[in-house]
Order: sequence, then structure tokens, then C-alpha cells
Amino acid sequence: MKTTSLNKTHHDMKAKMVDFGGWEMALHYGSQLDEHHNVRTDAGMFDVSHMLAVDINGKAARDFLRRLVANNVDKLTQPGKALYSCMLNLQGGVIDDLIIYFLTESHFRMVVNAGTADKDIAWMLARRDEIAPGLEITPRRDLAMIAVQGPNARAKVWQVIAGAQAATENLQLFQATTYDKYFIARTGYTGEDGFEIMLPSNDAAGFWRALNAAGVAPAGLGARDTLRLEAGMNLYGQDMDETTSPLESGLAWTVDLKSDRDFIGKQALLAIPVTKKLIGLILLERGVLRSHQKVSMQYDDSESEGEITSGGFSPTLNQSIALARLPLKVTAGDEVRVLVRDKMLRAKVVKYPFVRNGKSLI
Amino acid sequence: MSIPNDLKYTKSHEWVRLEDNGTATVGITQHAQELLGDMVFVETPTVGRKLNQGEECAVVESVKAAADVYAPIAGEVTAANPDLESSPQKINEDAYSAWLFKLKPVNVADLNSLLDAAGYQKILESEED
Repeated sequence: MKTTSLNKTHHDMKAKMVDFGGWEMALHYGSQLDEHHNVRTDAGMFDVSHMLAVDINGKAARDFLRRLVANNVDKLTQPGKALYSCMLNLQGGVIDDLIIYFLTESHFRMVVNAGTADKDIAWMLARRDEIAPGLEITPRRDLAMIAVQGPNARAKVWQVIAGAQAATENLQLFQATTYDKYFIARTGYTGEDGFEIMLPSNDAAGFWRALNAAGVAPAGLGARDTLRLEAGMNLYGQDMDETTSPLESGLAWTVDLKSDRDFIGKQALLAIPVTKKLIGLILLERGVLRSHQKVSMQYDDSESEGEITSGGFSPTLNQSIALARLPLKVTAGDEVRVLVRDKMLRAKVVKYPFVRNGKSLI
Repeated sequence: MSIPNDLKYTKSHEWVRLEDNGTATVGITQHAQELLGDMVFVETPTVGRKLNQGEECAVVESVKAAADVYAPIAGEVTAANPDLESSPQKINEDAYSAWLFKLKPVNVADLNSLLDAAGYQKILESEED
């Protein structure tokens, strides 16, 4: 199994380790619920070094990205700014979702998911050869990534990295800067404020220990999943994949269909009618919603069906929530039924996110 | 991991304690709760329900997954733990005191077919391989 540079540290901290797409990662360090609450109320840290940073260097970088991804990198005008986007195949399916940082006109940095990293690189290299043969595409496995998240996350990072406060306190959301050996971005996957920090792998264990000493509790992939679900953030492989359209995955806001720019997958998206949408569910009875459970609803005396893409227990709301792909006519406030194990349970359709900055939005 | 000597066990990770009044108390083991993680939902059988040995009769659901609980022996349900509906985490806190339900066994001798602590320990060791 592949390991991150923090693997030994996780074992030392008594993490429950699991196989996550071929990577041995921490699921939790004792209690997933405690870790979740730490992030909502104080600060927690995640090793996300299994994700891959990819540097794109060369004069044609922006032109290449204009064609490669569905969101429009021309929105990136200020150095350090970041953009969330999908990378689509010719059928309009999602190869991966990713973040692109604009550093200079000849240097962009992309962060892609762990499980898709190899196919992403292969796809990008093949498209590079067609679109911009001179461009350099460099996977950065030499970098570790640590997400520090929560209302007190930034202040605790500033305690650990001397001098970082002045360099990063004015960072906007979705903006990054380089400070010393750190690449510090005000981004995250929890719905809380905080940083995602890249640094040389060799320095990761020391930084992790220092954050812990400053009161940042380690958190595992379990809490990461419940936090992102509450925050209404998509998980690749569950909420969308190569067979689903971003327009039926709650990601229309990331797809630029307004400009004349032609990106890979655009023609397919324009040609295929949208019949479903991603929307939130709250379970009205006792139980737990899980991915792949069937959702059914009555409209005009006919039965419609859909499916939960991500479901779980929300520790902040203390009830079960889900994202589900349902027919377009479903709207917030409707009541639907979900087949939970052997029972049909009632659930209410809601808009998501469910939780932001520690507060319920429901 | 300590496995209490005074209990009986199943391969599916239930524990059973024979009480002085002849009823059998059932829960899930420390190993099972560790595998599942933080509990968020428990469904216990209704009092009066008659269970066959090995019948699905309860559900414990954690942040991670749902797991069925099976009747270790045949019997009639005489009580279900009322605390677990509001406080499922009691199973995480102490798996051997957070019982799920109590049974009046059809045949107390059925308990002899279950594993003792040493036998259960062997099952756990074989699962690790």
C-alpha cells in the first residue's frame, strides 16, 4: 500500500488506519465524532498528502487550461487565486474535480484527487501533446499536504509558522501564497475557515507535531467525510464520476457555458438534456442514509425514482443527511421515501449546504 | 484487548451473560464496537418477539456502517435497553455494560454451544491473519 510521509506519525498517534484507494490513511484517531466537532468548534488537521499537486509550467499554460477544464481559468486574474473545476471527458463525464492555482502566467498549480491521479496525469499528458506540446506537466509527489480547518485554525497555524501571519492574514477565500517553504492556501473541504498547506515531505512530520502542540487535534478521513457532506461538497466517485454530467451533479456553477471558449466535453454537455439534479435530504425518522439507497416519490400519480449519492450521520445536526440525484421536478420542502435497509423511511428535500462555519443552515 | 471470562460469545461478535434469574443478556463485543467506530443509531427488538438462534434481531449503526445483530440463542425478548435510543455511544464507552436486549432462553443448555472467552480470542486472532 502507498503511504504518505506522515504514515509513521499516524501510527504513533494510534490512528485506525485503512486502505483508501490504495493508500494507507488514518480513518480516525479514537473518535470520528470528536474529531468532527473539533473542526466545527476549534481546529483540526488532516493529512491529505495522498492528493497530488501538479505543476503546469510554460507560456501556453493558460491556453491549455482553457481547453482542459470546464470552469474558465480566465476568472483567475490575481496571482495566488484558486478556481474549483471539473475536468471532463468527450462525453461530458467527470474525469476528476480539482483546484487550479494561478501563480504566474507561466506557472499554474493543480491539485487532483488521489484515486484519480494516475489517470488524470495520463489524460493531461495526452491532451498536452495535442494542444500545447512544449508545456511541462510535473507531478509533485515531493510535497506533503496538511489541511488545518476550523474557526481557530488560522490563528494556530500562525503560532507555529513564525512570520506567517503577516503573509497570510489578508488572504481571501480561495487564495494562496508562498511563505518560506510553505504554500499556504485559504481553502478547505469542511465548510470552515482554515488553510491547506503544502510543504516538503521531509518537513511534514515536524510541522504536524508542532501543530498538535499548538492545540490542533488530528482528524481522519472519517471526519473529513462527515464535514464535507454537511458542507454540501461533492466527493468524486460518489457524487459524480466519468458517467455523470456535472450539470446533474450540483456542479453547474463550475461549468462555464456562457463564454465562446470551447473546452473538452462542452459539445456533449450542450447536446444532452439535463433530467436530474443533486439535492439535499434530511431523514425524518430514526436511521442512517447511505450512498446507493433508492429514493422514491409521487408526482402526478406516477412514481419517480432517484438515488442517494452520499449519505451519513450529521454530527452537527444530530440526524442523518444525504445528497441525492433526483428528478428535476423535485423541490425543497417535498417529502420523499428512502429504502433504508428493509424499510421505507420519510425524508425531506432541502437545499444544501447543511452546515457552514459551525452553524446549521437547515 | 480484555475479553471477560464470565461471558459467552458468538463468531458474529455478540456477547451473552446468563443472569441469576435465568434470562440471557446480549450485547456486542468490544472488538465489534472498535471495528464499527462511533455509534449513531441502535434498533433493538420489540419485547415479546420470539427469536430463533442466529436470527437477525437488532441493528447497530455507526458513522461508518450498519451491522446486523443476531440472536445468539433461541428465546423470547423480555427487555430492550432503553438508553441506547438516545445514547448509542454507550456501546463505544463500555461494550460489555451497554446491553442491547434480554432473552428468556427456550433452552438454557443452548448456551453451551457458544464460545467461551478463550474460544472467542482464537476467532479474533484468526480474523487478524
